[in-house]
Amino acid sequence: MTTSEAPPRAGAASYLEDHGRFSGIFGWIFSTDHKRIGILYLVSTLFFFFVGMSLGFLMRLQMLSPHGELFKNADYYNALFTLHGVIMIFLFIIPAVPGSLGNFFMPIMIGAKDVAFPRLNLLSWWLYVTGAVIALASLFGSGLPDTGWTFYAPYSLRTHADIPMAVFGVFVLGFSSILTGINFITTMHRMRAPGMGWFKMPLFPWALYATSWVQVLATPVLGITMLLIFVERIFHVGIFNPAMGGDPLLYQHLFWMYSHPAVYIMILPAMGLISEMIPTFAHRTIFGYGAIVWSSMGIALLGSLVWAHHMFTSGLSDAAATVFSLLTFLVAVPSAIKVFNWTATLYKGSIALEPPMLYALSFIFLFSVGGLTGLILGALALNVMLHDTYFVVAHFHYVIFGGAAFAFFGALHYWLPKMFGRMYNRSAAYIGWALLFTGFNLLYFTMFVLGVMGMPRRYAFYLPRFQTPQVIATVGSWIMIAGILVVFTNLIVSVFKGEKAGDNPWGGVTLEWQIPSPPPTENFLEPPTIPEKAYDFEGAFAS
Amino acid sequence: MSDVAAEAGRAEHAHEEHRDYEGAKLGMWLFLLSECMLFGGLFVLYAMYRADHPRAFSAGGSHMDAILGVANTLVLLTGSFAVASSITALQRGRRKLAMGLVGTTILTGVAFMIVKAVEWSGHIRQGYFPHSHLLQGKPGEQLFFSLYYVMTGLHGLHVIAGIAVLTAALILMARGKVTQEHFVFLENAALYWHLVDIIWIFLLPLFYLAA
Repeated sequence: MTTSEAPPRAGAASYLEDHGRFSGIFGWIFSTDHKRIGILYLVSTLFFFFVGMSLGFLMRLQMLSPHGELFKNADYYNALFTLHGVIMIFLFIIPAVPGSLGNFFMPIMIGAKDVAFPRLNLLSWWLYVTGAVIALASLFGSGLPDTGWTFYAPYSLRTHADIPMAVFGVFVLGFSSILTGINFITTMHRMRAPGMGWFKMPLFPWALYATSWVQVLATPVLGITMLLIFVERIFHVGIFNPAMGGDPLLYQHLFWMYSHPAVYIMILPAMGLISEMIPTFAHRTIFGYGAIVWSSMGIALLGSLVWAHHMFTSGLSDAAATVFSLLTFLVAVPSAIKVFNWTATLYKGSIALEPPMLYALSFIFLFSVGGLTGLILGALALNVMLHDTYFVVAHFHYVIFGGAAFAFFGALHYWLPKMFGRMYNRSAAYIGWALLFTGFNLLYFTMFVLGVMGMPRRYAFYLPRFQTPQVIATVGSWIMIAGILVVFTNLIVSVFKGEKAGDNPWGGVTLEWQIPSPPPTENFLEPPTIPEKAYDFEGAFAS
Repeated sequence: MSDVAAEAGRAEHAHEEHRDYEGAKLGMWLFLLSECMLFGGLFVLYAMYRADHPRAFSAGGSHMDAILGVANTLVLLTGSFAVASSITALQRGRRKLAMGLVGTTILTGVAFMIVKAVEWSGHIRQGYFPHSHLLQGKPGEQLFFSLYYVMTGLHGLHVIAGIAVLTAALILMARGKVTQEHFVFLENAALYWHLVDIIWIFLLPLFYLAA
């Protein structure tokens, strides 16, 4: 440092410079600083995002012609969609937002120095890496995994692929997710700065609070289900195997008891991110703060009660199907409340169309398309027609990619200047967004059409009449990937070469904007001033 | 700012070690909640399969030795009592007694596992294990024994984990890291042991008293 200011206080150096006890790479992978762990998650989840994206790219190439552009053997396509699903869900979208942005910003936003259990936090990341390695090791076993990411019994009990290894990897990843959930709940209960009441907390921590409860309560059910598949394969116990009296439908129930709430683990933190970006760029306090808080908790609760809507064609009783259909419609209510609140926040706001805001607005549009098509799928009669078609694939990608991942990318544009103290090139950010948004809709909207036409998901080959839309979708995937490459090249270059961003480039009012960019190790050099209420723009402008 | 102030700041950060009794306990309770959900999935399966095969589950239960099951229950309860007492002992400053009580709990855990091993090997010797000839064509009993091995097996793994955690508590007490003032590690270890105990309380009637 060349500055001639006062001698630095302990913990006053930026977290990027203060490597702690170890140096070099060890200063990162053994660091218990929540910010460094956040960066670890950011790098590792994005790495897997690019792996999953490459697999998706190959899947789309295969779909260029009815007889398979790449492989004449369906086994390879089966392996592609299985890996694409496992990687994108368990290694990218579930851990991405809580692990990276949650770890980095939640403690700062509630005025804390770190999470409640910093060492447990590091253990979570190590378990994530271990689980990822185990899951990927299954590739080199007896055969390529071909069950889809759902590992449905009894096929997963029969196939030659190394399923025990894969499900054990998922079990370890689940453990990592549970520990993060426990850590976050305890942090928000115990570490809020004096004066930071529950209802003064910004909405991203609130969203993480709801998410963490789902992680703690639902993930163990997946854990036991994966463990049972493992035990059945290794010790030939018969729990789900119909040949031994087991009921494969119970597997589906247990699997979705976790995996449906899991989609809320993916989307709730993303909704929290949107609730941060919209007020900042509308320069207006959020509309209906309480409604957004309670709708997060409502989604967490109701989302745990709708799992069997994945099983409408599995022979579920009519009574059960009707109840689950009704509950599915109900869970749309809290999501819709959020959408109304965000749009109401924009009303009479002074909107700055910065890159993060573009992502936030795209989120509202894409998530609404995804949510409304979810209602179509939740209706019993339509579900029977659309079940296991591209319509489901399109719906899921609109919600999880158009929703969760768009919010994540937007938040990277929002917070990267805070995390690294540097600003990216805005023109490149706009171009990247435009390509991503165009390609995304071309790819996935076409899939809605294909689904209604009757194209089933997970097929390596298809009838010639589907070819035109399949080609359009594949071209969409190229545009989208080009967009993603522009976006991330821009962001990565900015981390190293961007202009200095300043401490508060957007005029945000949450606590992270009160501290230097990049933040010092101890986060707050002096105790933070807690605003009278969250998102108090009037107060901020008055002072 | 002077050097003195900077020094003071550094000292302030140095002894500001983060200790949060309530937080540590909250974290443990959350973990126990997730453990309940882990076993919850198995209890759901048990309920469904028992409703489907009531007779077979009753027949399966007749192969269990209820005396051994009850004896093991008493062993576990004794251990729980000992570890609960050890916290009180430590809080009153009687470290040696506390360590002795934790040691007792560890021994009851080991005794439980020995009885369990005797039982399992007995069943296997008699030919009651998944995929065995005796269970061919009897889907209900097949499920009963599958669940028996999975549920008691997973519980056994938790007993082993509990023994490991209590051993860690014992070592920390010996080294003076878990003390009269800072006993939350022991308290959390005891909570975990009580969970292991209470799960067994449910397993006992479901398997040993199912006949």
